[in-house]
Amino acid sequence: MTHFDVATAAVQAALDAGARYADARVMHRRYESMSARNGEVEELTQSEDAGIGVRALVGGSWGFYAVPDLSDAAARAAGGRATKTAAASARVPGPAADLVPVGAGAGSWASPCEVDPLSVPLSDKGDLLVHLTKTMREHGADVAEGMYQIWDTEKWFVSSEGHRIDQHIRECGGGISSTAIGDGEVQRRSYPAHRGQYGTRGWELVEALDLGAHAARTAQEARALLTAPLCPAGETTLILGGEQMALQIHESVGHAIELDRILGWEAAFAGTSWLDLDQLGSLHYGSKLMNITIDPTIPGALGSFGFDDEGTPAARRDAVREGRWVGVLAGRDSATVAGLDYAGSVRADGWARLPMVRMTNVGLEPGPHTLDEMIAATDDGIFMDTNRSWSIDDKRLNFQFGTEIAWEIKNGRQGRMLRNPTYTGIGPTFWRSMDMLSSEIVSWGTPNCGKGQPGQVGHTGHPAAPARFQGVRVGVRG
Amino acid sequence: MSLELATRVLGYVGPGVEAEVFVGHTALALTRFANSFIHQNVADATTAVRLRLHADGRTATGSTTVTTDEGLRGLVARTLAAARLLPPDPGWSGLAPPAPLAGEGNWDEATAQAAPDARADQVRAFVDAAGGLETAGYCRTLHWSGAFANSAGQAISGHTAEVAMDGIARLDGADGVARMATGRLSEVDGAVLGARAAAKARASAGAVELPPGRYEVVLEAPAVADLLGNFALYGFNGKAYNERQSFAEPGAEQFDAAVTLVDDTLGVTGIGLPFDAEGTPKSRVTLVDAGVTAALAHDRRTAAEAGARSTGHAVPGGGAFGALPTAVRLEPVAAGAEAAAGAVVDPAAAALVAGVERGLLVTDLWYTRVLDPKSLVVTGLTRNGVWLIEDGEITTPVRNFRFTQSYPQALAPGAVLGVGARTTTLPDSWGMSWCTTPALRLASWNFTGGASG
Repeated sequence: MTHFDVATAAVQAALDAGARYADARVMHRRYESMSARNGEVEELTQSEDAGIGVRALVGGSWGFYAVPDLSDAAARAAGGRATKTAAASARVPGPAADLVPVGAGAGSWASPCEVDPLSVPLSDKGDLLVHLTKTMREHGADVAEGMYQIWDTEKWFVSSEGHRIDQHIRECGGGISSTAIGDGEVQRRSYPAHRGQYGTRGWELVEALDLGAHAARTAQEARALLTAPLCPAGETTLILGGEQMALQIHESVGHAIELDRILGWEAAFAGTSWLDLDQLGSLHYGSKLMNITIDPTIPGALGSFGFDDEGTPAARRDAVREGRWVGVLAGRDSATVAGLDYAGSVRADGWARLPMVRMTNVGLEPGPHTLDEMIAATDDGIFMDTNRSWSIDDKRLNFQFGTEIAWEIKNGRQGRMLRNPTYTGIGPTFWRSMDMLSSEIVSWGTPNCGKGQPGQVGHTGHPAAPARFQGVRVGVRG
Repeated sequence: MSLELATRVLGYVGPGVEAEVFVGHTALALTRFANSFIHQNVADATTAVRLRLHADGRTATGSTTVTTDEGLRGLVARTLAAARLLPPDPGWSGLAPPAPLAGEGNWDEATAQAAPDARADQVRAFVDAAGGLETAGYCRTLHWSGAFANSAGQAISGHTAEVAMDGIARLDGADGVARMATGRLSEVDGAVLGARAAAKARASAGAVELPPGRYEVVLEAPAVADLLGNFALYGFNGKAYNERQSFAEPGAEQFDAAVTLVDDTLGVTGIGLPFDAEGTPKSRVTLVDAGVTAALAHDRRTAAEAGARSTGHAVPGGGAFGALPTAVRLEPVAAGAEAAAGAVVDPAAAALVAGVERGLLVTDLWYTRVLDPKSLVVTGLTRNGVWLIEDGEITTPVRNFRFTQSYPQALAPGAVLGVGARTTTLPDSWGMSWCTTPALRLASWNFTGGASG
């Protein structure tokens, strides 16, 4: 039996048991990660994960059942159990849900990959990480870390509407960090980002990062931070580096425009959203410079795919246009409830999890400036770079972020280094204060986005560039 | 079955290689409700095999969910090949020696085998008890069995069951919460939880904004759980301690004398397997004894580095972040005279509220993140209900705050003004860990801003 045959059997079993719609995903994933610490390989993990997840719709409720057994009998049993589980929901029934139409049929897609990351010899990868962490130690790091991760995922999707889609998505990335330990605190500098940079690309992504060129600098900066002056407290002009902007977009825009949150489906855990659907198309989210897109078609970005996990083909759409809120991340059921005519943003983190609304590539379109121009145009302010901590309220309004490093800006010049920088604000107020935006866009990958119960870890992409904001509160301390 | 599988994989590895095999089987079922109806009802049953081996001075780990003979042989071949290609591992601390278990793990057949209808019934009770308020949350049941075998002769198995219920009730944008975990489905009452969540939501109407600043607080169990979780992850983590990234100083009086913290998987309130990922049996470990930091959580590697013994806290894939306590319990005070619980106060916190002249009752903390791991300064928000306490009475609902607070300082000597007499066991959102805690009355908590838009 092919994987399509297994999925088809599961869907048919779900229909036979009474489901009015069913789909099934067979997934096979290989994962590899390696970490090194202080000149030695710390951990190598290689895993293989395969199974089938069946989704059945009965009334307004989804039932889902997953098993790692890809036999015909197990698939049929899973289909039946998914329907039975959905039917139990009738004890606390809700409105019947429909699914917004999408094109059904056969499809196939693979992410671009020049160098298969799983084929690169482990010894080469280990030698790289050992060398990098030795270099960081030699330049002052108390704890030097380097790591990479690789996901190689194949999916076969079948639905009762006639979908028959296979995809092969290869993702990888990595990064380094240096930690310096003082008497009462710890300072850390990372490259190229907090927890590394990732994409739907091959090992060429890691090679392009040129980690070796930055190892010594991270160690030196971490050590220098231990004696740098504290970031002052107050309101100021704030310039954020591109990697921190990616996190700002992820937390204060990406999650806020998830339709399941807006509809209250995530209220108990992930939270809701400050956005009200009645304001879609009219709400003033940010300044005119703010143009946010939802675009899973960006080659090589971490949130890219050919079809989402409901079989909806990847498509680009606007989320915020010239500061006005115009679009959401939606699934087929949530779109129907909201009266929208599009879906395309539903994924699961594996065969054993129910697909849910997820960010794809949610990013900011470029502006006309460069980082240097923004600094030169600032009389008095702070430039913060590389995320260190992130926290935002359950409506995605009030945030406080910390970055690894900052520099003061005086009279258009970047000045002394500052330690323990933080900034805080309210989402729409903050975004409306954005008055300069760079053209230096990078698609940053976030491989650790948590959502859902049971918990799922999502991979999202965020095109972002440095930007400037006015009147931001900085330097919050405990 | 699982032990047989583990032994079989060990046989495929062959002689001359140090190897350990962990076979974990989880059957997780979760019924999720929102807008007062069940909208997701999910279940999965997964068996995963994890192999770690050390050959010629090199260490590699592999895992698979493909448990066919071909799949298992492939796992062994891949992991052996990986080990040969890696740089040496001079820090290898060897395999766990044979040692008996102190127990098989807390287990309840009815919980492990609960049908979807049983979870739906609990949801029905929660929704009904909320009296028309909008509700959301979940009821889940978990059956977790594991087996471990290594080439040093350790061969053990155990199992555990869990049921957790976590729900909110909502009224005009204000949320109230009730949350618990236990090893027995029979101990869950969705109606009690729904009524408690609804009472909190109703009592939040008309919340006012208070100025930020330092306030005396009573933290209910869900809020205290966040402190314990961060202490476990950053403070009592043996690896963090070895690298001087932890505040912990064994032997030092770092906490108020009212604080005694243990990790106790096999105790009455414990949930989890009776051994860790390296096959070391679980036992009761006192982390803080009457305010004095007493012990750290170690796996075999961090223990060897510290010149200590493993405390049974290795977690799968934990090489990078170290050993973690997964069943932490803050000991309650001996039961005394209890104050009457009000509409918004959990009975476990009522006596503490009665003693506050002016302070805040905080139900829950949310989205907490560490600004500095060594001082354990954390930022986050209140959630699911805050009230002003004046002269021992709840007087006014308060809008949510953001805080930035050093957790060790909050529980430092002299800072703990009261510890509740009753504990609640709470589930972790992400991993298979739990904590059990009473409410706490603390002298000061640093609220750094309002959370309103």
